[in-house]
Amino acid sequence: MTRIAVVDYGAGNLVSIAQALTAVGATITVAVRPADLTGADGLIMPGVGAAGPAMERLRGQGLIEPIREWIEAGRPFLGICLGLQLLFEASDEDSADTFGVLAGRTVRLVSPPTLPHIGWNQVIRTRAHPLFEGIEPDADFYFVHSYAGSPAEVHANVVLATTEHGGRFVSAIARDQLLGVQFHPERSGPDGLRLLGNFAALVEAHAEALQVPV
Amino acid sequence: MLRRRVIPCLDVADGRVVKGTRFIDLVDEGDPPELAERYAREGADELVFLDISAAAEGRATLLEIVEQTARRAFIPLTVGGGVRSVDAMKAVLRAGADKVSLNTAAVANPELVTACARRFGSQAVVVAIDARVREPGGEAGGWEVMIRGGRDATGLDAVVWAQRAVELGAGELLVTSIDRDGTGSGYDTALLRAIVDRVPVPVIASGGAATPADLVSAVIEGGADAVLAASIFHRRLVSIAEVKQAMTDAGLPVRAVANAA
Repeated sequence: MTRIAVVDYGAGNLVSIAQALTAVGATITVAVRPADLTGADGLIMPGVGAAGPAMERLRGQGLIEPIREWIEAGRPFLGICLGLQLLFEASDEDSADTFGVLAGRTVRLVSPPTLPHIGWNQVIRTRAHPLFEGIEPDADFYFVHSYAGSPAEVHANVVLATTEHGGRFVSAIARDQLLGVQFHPERSGPDGLRLLGNFAALVEAHAEALQVPV
Repeated sequence: MLRRRVIPCLDVADGRVVKGTRFIDLVDEGDPPELAERYAREGADELVFLDISAAAEGRATLLEIVEQTARRAFIPLTVGGGVRSVDAMKAVLRAGADKVSLNTAAVANPELVTACARRFGSQAVVVAIDARVREPGGEAGGWEVMIRGGRDATGLDAVVWAQRAVELGAGELLVTSIDRDGTGSGYDTALLRAIVDRVPVPVIASGGAATPADLVSAVIEGGADAVLAASIFHRRLVSIAEVKQAMTDAGLPVRAVANAA
């Protein structure tokens, strides 16, 4: 059975993600330390709040290098909200250095009518991707944030979807097995569950492809 | 474009959903997780649980209710009532809530808002403000903040407190008109507008809804980002679909009910 590890670094509502993944039939491991990643086929990094304290906690738990290695090995990874922002090089929120596996920075939303950006908004896809299989190309998802990752020009092709709140920002990215969404699928009703189910299916397909045929 | 949210509110006392008029004369309205699931299915964009039971055992019951709901309704949950510490907030989030609303405790101890926002992020901290129109002819005018379920006057000006709450770290405000609550006389749009025009964060309108037109007016005249109502939904006087249709007709963006569970 597919096992998905969810990183627990005290930044965000792990409970709702665990509940949603369970609802779509995935088996979950809560990853507090590096050893917890053993046996997992996919990795989800959730999170809300500021980048600096989040990186500090990940460092304290010894998870920075294992997560970086996981991503560099091309294994299935889904960053949610802050978990997506941390993939970029740095955050303007508190000038924190982040993972840097994607070129670009996390920047404050441009001319937002309200801040934080809280509520349901359209996620407008720029290309097809199995993560959004069975979901309308402009479906609504639930957002809660004030900053968003802004990919550098060189990585413009990672953009999977954008959303408008004042200015337009990147709301989903994909580069091979590296996936990220700025919204909260675990709180986005049936479409959110579908997206998490799609991720679980991608994880399973990837795990099967790695298995040596008998 | 950001959708205007429709939020059913479940006032919970001793494990049951109740609703009063101007915060008193409580009437039983049903089983909390059952109602919550029904609302999620019918297109609610979020749910708010307010614990209005005074007893300590009411608290444990509420956490259980939140847990049961969070496992089945995959929309955001806000829980309020009696949260007085960072640890209490942590327990509520661990039960599956996404946000906590602070009311009396925020007035009594403003540093709590900041401490909770630092620990869990501003997006998880809603400051709930119960406001009452000041006596006509009084010097101050405007609205006064009430605490302890509307029982005690604080002397604080609601608009000033709203701005202060945001400075302290609130990511959202839930503004209830005590004068209108449960009366069906419409939201206090002047109160909403006075606050919305002075804070950057989203404001949730509460207190007084009777018809879909009232909820539309809270957004258009009051400037609210989200509208909350209780009895009209519990008693099936108005459906969430009807509210969303009225909003759509008024040109307001809403999440389609068909996309709900």
